[in-house]
Amino acid sequence: MEKIIWAFIVGGTICVIGQIMMDVFRLTPAHTMSTLVVVGAILGGLGLYEPLVKFAGAGATVPICSFGNSLLKGALQELSEHGAIGVLIGIFKLTSAGISSAIIFGFIASLIFKPKG
Amino acid sequence: MKSNSNNSNIEKQKYKEFAQQREPKRPVLKNCIKAFIVGGSICAFGQIIQYFYINYFGYTEKNAGDPTAATLIIISIILTGLGVYDDIAQWAGAGTAVPITGFANTISSAAIEHRSEGYVLGVGGNMFKVAGPVIVFGTVSAFAVAIVKMLINYLGGM
Repeated sequence: MEKIIWAFIVGGTICVIGQIMMDVFRLTPAHTMSTLVVVGAILGGLGLYEPLVKFAGAGATVPICSFGNSLLKGALQELSEHGAIGVLIGIFKLTSAGISSAIIFGFIASLIFKPKG
Repeated sequence: MKSNSNNSNIEKQKYKEFAQQREPKRPVLKNCIKAFIVGGSICAFGQIIQYFYINYFGYTEKNAGDPTAATLIIISIILTGLGVYDDIAQWAGAGTAVPITGFANTISSAAIEHRSEGYVLGVGGNMFKVAGPVIVFGTVSAFAVAIVKMLINYLGGM
């Protein structure tokens, strides 16, 4: 139960950071999301993202910056097993669920739904 | 040549100032509160789904993130198709754009919107219009960080 509250607070805070980037620094949503992903990868590299995930659970894994962290984590896992080429093998290993489900169900949605207005 | 480009630069700047004056002021604080509430709710909901997967499907704390992300993505795509997600997004701003659901929303809404241009060029070609940069920069930066980490390890540090 406690973790749900922390997920709410941490996840909400990350969204506020995104909102500030959009409103104050006038970035487009695509720029905002790309920046957050890069930040996530860098935080992952510094070893700061995993503690946040442990602490806030979905509050850290649901925002898009966890995408950057997961890309890095997959790359590092394979790096330790296969050496340098492992970076290329592993980079999409952990994010596969997210990317493939978005592609597959997005495509199915385009078959079913009609555009509005 | 030089003065020419200078001139157009000044004009550009003038236009920028003019546009900024005319642009309605954004209620930053209000937007932030909305983003906090909606974004926080999506994450809290994600946490509940995660507990559900841990308790009923035998996932562990470590790997429950993947099915959770997939579930949120499916829900978000259905809501996008029904036109509900965009209504919420209008109100919530970054609160719906920053979570993974926003990523799925950009993919599915682009796919649905460009359907009339055909499935290959329309749906296939436009699906990643917004999500593409996210994947490209995420992948490139993760690659760069991984290489830096590898070099540090190689040099025996850290």
